[in-house]
Amino acid sequence: MNAVIYAQNLHKSYADLKVVDGLNLAIKQGECYGLLGPNGAGKTTTLRLLLGLIEPDSGVLELRGHAVPQQARAARLRVGVVPQMDNLDPDFTVTENLLVYGRYFGMKDDEIEARIPMLLDFANLTHKRDAKIPTLSGGMKRRLTLARALVNDPEIIFLDEPTTGLDPQARHLIWQRLRELTAQGKTLLLTTHFMDEAERLCHRLAILNQGRMIAEDTPQALIAQHIEPQVVEVFGEQVTQWAQEHAAQFSRRFEVSGETAFCYVDDAQPLLAHLHGHDALRYLHRPANLEDVFLKLTGREMRE
Amino acid sequence: MKPHFFALPRLSLRFIPIWQRHFLVWKKLAITSILGHLADPLIYMLGLGYGLGSLLPEMGGTSYLVFLAAGTLCYSTMNSASFEALYSCFARMHEQRTWDAILNTPVTLDDIVLSEVVWATSKSFMSGLAVLAVIWLMGLSHSVLSLWLIPLSLLVGLCFASLGLIMTALAPGYSFFMYYFTLVITPMMLLSGVFFPVTQMPALLQTLSAVLPLSHAVDIARPLMNGAIPPDLLLHIAVLLGYALFGFYVSLVLFRRRLSQ
Repeated sequence: MNAVIYAQNLHKSYADLKVVDGLNLAIKQGECYGLLGPNGAGKTTTLRLLLGLIEPDSGVLELRGHAVPQQARAARLRVGVVPQMDNLDPDFTVTENLLVYGRYFGMKDDEIEARIPMLLDFANLTHKRDAKIPTLSGGMKRRLTLARALVNDPEIIFLDEPTTGLDPQARHLIWQRLRELTAQGKTLLLTTHFMDEAERLCHRLAILNQGRMIAEDTPQALIAQHIEPQVVEVFGEQVTQWAQEHAAQFSRRFEVSGETAFCYVDDAQPLLAHLHGHDALRYLHRPANLEDVFLKLTGREMRE
Repeated sequence: MKPHFFALPRLSLRFIPIWQRHFLVWKKLAITSILGHLADPLIYMLGLGYGLGSLLPEMGGTSYLVFLAAGTLCYSTMNSASFEALYSCFARMHEQRTWDAILNTPVTLDDIVLSEVVWATSKSFMSGLAVLAVIWLMGLSHSVLSLWLIPLSLLVGLCFASLGLIMTALAPGYSFFMYYFTLVITPMMLLSGVFFPVTQMPALLQTLSAVLPLSHAVDIARPLMNGAIPPDLLLHIAVLLGYALFGFYVSLVLFRRRLSQ
């Protein structure tokens, strides 16, 4: 087995709720692997189980060849974690956060200090090295959290929704950095709600729903396998009536959600020609993407 | 409650970097903190000691100020350990999520809880030393035996740091800590012979007092101040250590349960 992150038949319940229900994972070194799923699908719980922070009810777990949770301490020596919620030390400066965090890995101060300029550069925070945490923007905090996760030169990096709450510029910078890490041969395991993020970054990804894996493949293969190649989104006040009368005729499959009809088609031309005659309806023609797969597999209803 | 919550503590030296972290935070506010350690006991000792003391005859063979000084050392250490183990520890665990960040490294929860106990003990030790400095500077104790008040203050700090962590492990929020201070700490201060001899109280309260850790601390401190070896010294030490071990173990079990959610 050459997987650096491995889970077999993993189960975890809280009270009667099965949060992780028979999950299998085998992630190879150098992969960027995405866990996608609606709220409550078990993404964060899976990460916590893999790190050995909570005990599974049953199943086999290995991280960097160490059995988890038994040898989680040894496994975590070369793992970095970017948590969902920032937990930087607010009393410290940027540099102090890196120094103090490196010590938790048993690193010597001079060893950490030798890495700090490189980490600050990676995070574009060299000019903020002596700034206190509360003065940083959300994007800067996120970058510092990423730099902090690299202080121990990890082989594997866990990222729990790394770009949630960031503006587009900040997201793009994080994406760029994550691609650099993949290029360096690091293994990345990330959870996200953003389909474009997963589509851009991940070599492979899994879609989770209610603790179970319902699909796993490369983003391109998932799209090819689960969804028609073209999508026409039709919107307008009369869309419901239009969809009832015409949508089936032009599409392989269609769904109405609010004031939008999603028409999944192999060839969009007949539908587009038809729509030219309907001035009250507007439309958007685009290639199918991961979000279409995600919504098809996990449903459109809200998860709260 | 799952069986692994009850496992014996697995301690390692990895608690030291966490202690260093707390110390670095403390250093940034050190002057305020030291003034705080000094102000409260000084006000009590001078206010009550001179004010009330001038109305009172000798108490236990010494002036009231000397009598009060031994109690002040103990309760001041208790207060400082309790505040750190409750409010500051809760902030690190719950509000700032410092624990979550640390748990993603090779440090375990057992190491973190140990670091919290050792840190709260260290901080209360500083508080105890501040009171001792005042005691010596004011010439309230001339005995060499009073040097033993230094390790005593460590032991008292350890005892109340450990007990306080039980509350932190159970607390839904900061307001929960008011119960502990009003129902445990304040009554303990009044029943443990800090301000007046325990023998002044009715028999029932004296019995209650005999099981309170602060009474045992005061029973060690007061003779040492006056240059005498405390009677039943080993018993008092055993009680304080026993409470410390109890508090550490129970809080660790409760923290394990809390963080497994």
